[in-house]
Amino acid sequence: MPRWTGRIFVGVLLVAVTVAMLFPLWWMLVISLESPDRAAAVAEGGGTIAVWPESIHWSNYSEALKQVGSEPWQGFLDALANSIVITVLVVVGTVLSSSLVGFAFARIRFRGRGLLFLIMLATMMLPAQVTMIPLFLVFRSLGWIDTILPLVIPAFFGSAFFIFMYRQFIAQISESLIEAARIDGYGMLGIWWRIILPMCTPVTAITAIFTFIFVWNDFLGPLIYLHSDDQSTLALALNSFRNQYGGLENVHLLMAVSVVTMIPCVVLFFAAQRAFVEGIGSGAVKG
Amino acid sequence: MAGVRLESVGKTYPGGVRAVDGVSLDISDGEFIVLVGPSGCGKSTTLRMIAGLESITDGDIFIGDRRVNDVAARDRDIAMVFQDYALYPHMSVGRNLSFGLLRRRRHASRIKAVFSSSYRGASRKERLDIQSRVNEAAVVLGLEDLLDRRPRELSGGQRQRVALGRAIVRDPSVFLLDEPLSNLDAKLRGEMRTELRRLHRQLGATMVHVTHDQEEAMTLGDRLLVMKDGVVQQGGPPAQLYEQPANRFVASFIGTPEMNFIEGVIEDGLMFKADGEVRIQLPKDRWPSLSVGQQITLGIRPEHLELASDGDAMFTGEADVVEQLGDRTDVILANDHRRMTARIASGSGLREGDSASLRADLSQAHVFAVDDGENRIATK
Repeated sequence: MPRWTGRIFVGVLLVAVTVAMLFPLWWMLVISLESPDRAAAVAEGGGTIAVWPESIHWSNYSEALKQVGSEPWQGFLDALANSIVITVLVVVGTVLSSSLVGFAFARIRFRGRGLLFLIMLATMMLPAQVTMIPLFLVFRSLGWIDTILPLVIPAFFGSAFFIFMYRQFIAQISESLIEAARIDGYGMLGIWWRIILPMCTPVTAITAIFTFIFVWNDFLGPLIYLHSDDQSTLALALNSFRNQYGGLENVHLLMAVSVVTMIPCVVLFFAAQRAFVEGIGSGAVKG
Repeated sequence: MAGVRLESVGKTYPGGVRAVDGVSLDISDGEFIVLVGPSGCGKSTTLRMIAGLESITDGDIFIGDRRVNDVAARDRDIAMVFQDYALYPHMSVGRNLSFGLLRRRRHASRIKAVFSSSYRGASRKERLDIQSRVNEAAVVLGLEDLLDRRPRELSGGQRQRVALGRAIVRDPSVFLLDEPLSNLDAKLRGEMRTELRRLHRQLGATMVHVTHDQEEAMTLGDRLLVMKDGVVQQGGPPAQLYEQPANRFVASFIGTPEMNFIEGVIEDGLMFKADGEVRIQLPKDRWPSLSVGQQITLGIRPEHLELASDGDAMFTGEADVVEQLGDRTDVILANDHRRMTARIASGSGLREGDSASLRADLSQAHVFAVDDGENRIATK
């Protein structure tokens, strides 16, 4: 097979896969902008495939967001605020704690370091479902149910996967930088904050993005711990909305809320795409 | 500035490896001393112990009159230049230079001290003082135009100068330099050597420099300390180490090309006999302590050998390697028993594969006692 034929084949394959991956996203966007009747017809199937909206109805969005929660607009704004607060706190907590613990594992020699690192790695093997009930009982005994604390506080104790990533990255940083900072007058905490953390930007970017996407989309955690309407996150609100307006006649509204819920993740991913790719490769090659 | 004193300093790592063994050393205020030796000889460990980056297992270290065994690195009033420069990559050159000074400002709160290393919160007087010290160092090292650049935008030589500048702005009692020139190419290394000497003269600072390069050590140091297996073999001015090496190790380590060694035995009439029918009449009055039957190693530097006619030759062989160095030529002659390196004047016409003979200037030769740890036997 000539070289150019191979390249065309690969190109066609990539385009086909991209279209297949993006089509549900596009379909969601199209439905969210359709008129109620056509949206219902398209969602019902029967030979109608929506590639482009017949007429664009931006009002679907305002109508949908108004109907989230029990009070017009308030439900959506509460859920948005809760999602932002929880996500930001968890991202900050995860980055700070994971980098600090990763730094300790990489650079501080202490008795039992290897064993502790192994134990920490072993926690990655535990499925979340196994710890769900014990954790719930612990948080209930602390009186934290229906507060954001069970969702936020654990993030400040590190995440095994990200600790591992930080540890691998920091282990590649020259020891002499740390020694220079020691001579410059910094203790280990100061070195972590002033030297190590700024140098870990690729890992921090990937930690922040992964954590953001996970927490923003997290449904199970808020479902277990948050019960009041005013504590609800966007993922929970979306689910309530689906229960309330799940019929085909309201599918355009459901898609509109889904698009709004998804926008931050998509924007973040595209904005931080470079750091994301760098971060994925950062563990493999010394920077 | 201050002197440094080491009293029987030793370092044993967990696991029992003895890296440094009983090093005693008195470095005067303003002296430039070079610790030199092969890899693993303990020179860097010694330097790191002075810096406080490595704990000591026995002995005492004094900086000035202060015993610093248990003093943290940051409180020893030293500055260190690292082999890989250790510049903070996320900071500009100016910030690299001022980083240590900013940390040294007085802080009311411990927490504030941990996180503070910026101009924010510094008084106007502090800011001006730091800025003027950074500017002074930049002028001394020619870094004025580079202050806003990041380390990755600098050449190797410029990075090296920034690393030196970072030490200078601190105005420390002692400068510690850990193989700072080893990452530079030969030309730049030569330039930086000159720069270091000039800097030492200009600052009048106490400097302890570590290198494995004996040529660098000879050109830089007021005094050298040759180390092997954690033990100081000999200390003294470069010329003394070259002319009167304490033992065979020092003799082989100092000087390029390496000294030639011939192992043999003393016979009647102070005739030295070695394998390959080598018979050399040693000057009778130069080594009066030599006795018949004594096993010795004769050491002759390449520059004390010259081409000879067959009659007065001490060694004949085939030219294996001929290196033209412009003003001189290094020749390695080999026969079935040994190889000898000679440094001869250019223009001899000798080519690889030619047969040639060598004659030695025995008034410059050294004799090492085989049964006494290969120490040098004193001359009269």
